[in-house]
This record gives sequence, C-alpha cells and structure tokens, in this order.
Amino acid sequence: MTVSYENSKVIFQGIKAAGITSLSALPETWLGLLLQQADKDPDVTMIQVAKEEEAIGIAAGAYFAGQPHVLLMQNHGFLAAINGIVSLAQLYGIPLCMLIALRGHWGEPYPWHTRGGIVTEGVLRALGIPFEYARDPAQVGRQIREAYTFSLSSLSPVALLLTRDLMEEPL
Amino acid sequence: MLYPELDDKIVVTIMGACAQELYDLGHKDNFFYLQHAMGLASSIGLGLAMHLPAERIVVLDGDGSVLMNLGTLATIARYRPRNLVHIIFDNGSLLSTGGFDSHTTSGTTDLAAIARGAGLARVSAVDSVVDFGEAVIDAFNSDDLSVIVAKVAAVGPNHYGMDLQLAENAFRFKRFIHSRRSHRSAGLLGLPRDRGQP
Repeated sequence: MTVSYENSKVIFQGIKAAGITSLSALPETWLGLLLQQADKDPDVTMIQVAKEEEAIGIAAGAYFAGQPHVLLMQNHGFLAAINGIVSLAQLYGIPLCMLIALRGHWGEPYPWHTRGGIVTEGVLRALGIPFEYARDPAQVGRQIREAYTFSLSSLSPVALLLTRDLMEEPL
Repeated sequence: MLYPELDDKIVVTIMGACAQELYDLGHKDNFFYLQHAMGLASSIGLGLAMHLPAERIVVLDGDGSVLMNLGTLATIARYRPRNLVHIIFDNGSLLSTGGFDSHTTSGTTDLAAIARGAGLARVSAVDSVVDFGEAVIDAFNSDDLSVIVAKVAAVGPNHYGMDLQLAENAFRFKRFIHSRRSHRSAGLLGLPRDRGQP
C-alpha cells in the first residue's frame, strides 16, 4: 500500500482553497503526507492532538475565535471523539468540518481496521451527521469547500470520508 | 476574588459547581459554560488561545475533568500558548455526580506533578485562599502559559440551573469575541493591560 502523494497534495490545496488555515489532527498513515505539508506551511496552524476528542474542543475554540478550521482524523479517532461531538458540538450548535480517513472498508487487507470501518457509516447516520464519500481527486476540493460551508450554515458536524480510491495509489 | 479579574478575559468553565458559582456571581457574555463533554474545557481554551493571541484566556477546570483528558496537558504544553491560564480546582471529588472520591483524593494522584511531567513549565500548587490569590495575580501578570492546581473543599452550591440556554451561551460568547476583535481592529481596545509583547 502506498499513500498517494498527488492526492494528498490535492486535498491540502483544497483545504487552503476553502479559506481554511487552521487544522487539528491526529496523524495516521493515510493522512501522513497531507499533514507533513500542513506542518511545513507557514500560513497554516496545525495542532496535533494526543487523542481525537481534544480536537473537538480545539475546533470549538477556533470557531468562537472566528477562525476557519478543519479536523483530520482516522475513522477510529472519530469513534473515540463521539462524546465531544454529541455533548459539545451538537449540544451547543458548533460547526465541525471533519475529514475522516475511512480505514477498514472496501479492499481493506488489515483485519484490525475492519470493525471500525464497517460501523462508521452507521454511526454517522445514528448521530445525524451529514456525510459524503470523497473518491475522486477532481472533486475533493469542491467537496471540502461544500462540507465547510454546510457545517457553518447548519451549525452541525459534517463529515467527508476519505476513501481508499482517493488516498492510496492504485495497485 | 477571582471574579473581578475575569472582566477582560475570555473564560471557559467546566460543568457543575464551577459553572454555577460563576453564573451566580453574575453572568457575562465572555463566560462559556461547558455543561457536558467533560475534559474538553481545556481543549476549548487551547483553541481559543491559539487563535486569539491578543486575548487572555482563562480555563476554570476540575480534577475529574482533567483526569478524563490528561492528554490535553501534553498538547497544551507542546503549543504553549502564552495567553492561557489554566486553573484546576482539585476538590478530590466527583462532587456534581454523587461525591465519589476522584483519583486525587488524599494525594494519591498529584495533578501538578502530572502537569509538570507533561511539560508545562509554570505550574503552581496552592491550598489556601491567600496562595491562590497570589498565584492568580502572578499568572495574570506573566506573559506565559500558567497552570494553577488549587486544592479546594468538596462543597458546591445548593442549587443548579441557569436562565441561559446552552446554544444562547455559545452564540453570545462568539458574538462577544467577535465584537472585541472589531473594537480592537478599530483601535478602541488596547492590548490587555497585563500583556507584554503583542
């Protein structure tokens, strides 16, 4: 498995093109190349967390401060952050634009990712979090911009699921 | 004692006694009460501090909440926002939820030591009102990230409730911060008086 450098770059450019210059993240393999670019970009503030639920609080702080912000995490990190999503973001009407690496789904070779991958969509539906799949590098920039716009207008968490098609080089 | 000092600060409190006692002293739009999501008040404070360098952010936290999100101390230490004051009231008790002992009871767990171990440079541990007052003044006068762990008695208010909806609190808090930014950019507010370098 090789993470796509080109598509990681496209996603990062999509984030910047959406006017977002602050991001919180917990590094994981699919997000690694993207986060390396964020980390060395002087125009971007990257806050690396110890656990994904922290990023929900940080995103709320950024929102109160009027700072466009995006959260990057693996789907297992999303599962670890649910109480913050429910009892901070949804309870208070705070937008979250979450870009979630969808591990453990179609084509997944690693057993340890599979259970989280299988339940991710169902959990998003149960929580009433609008989501879309990002598969095509030609569309992902628009999808990020629209996810961010929708999070602000709905005062809600929204999720863009970064799929294997997008994040890995084809075999 | 602390209350008058909070006028020109951006304040985030945890749920329970902390929120209620601050509210009962008189609500202001620069106060945000996190009535749930235990552990995240400090993370909200970090997000505010990193994006509002001209403001002073104060987090009023508790031992139970910090124990739920110990990683936050390491994250805050790593980014060291110099405009953040993190006050942890350690009553050794999960007071709001039945008064069960927390892990800090009888000194079993030392939050100040954990904070220092997380890499926080300015940590003070106080157990009297006088020492607390001095630590707060020192923190507000310094131009650095400060943590104050204050041992307090496990007593809280005899009532809970606010005439303030949760979303209303969030809207007004955000609007307050926005208006401060507008005033500042219009030159109507200086930097906080106790801040040194901009």
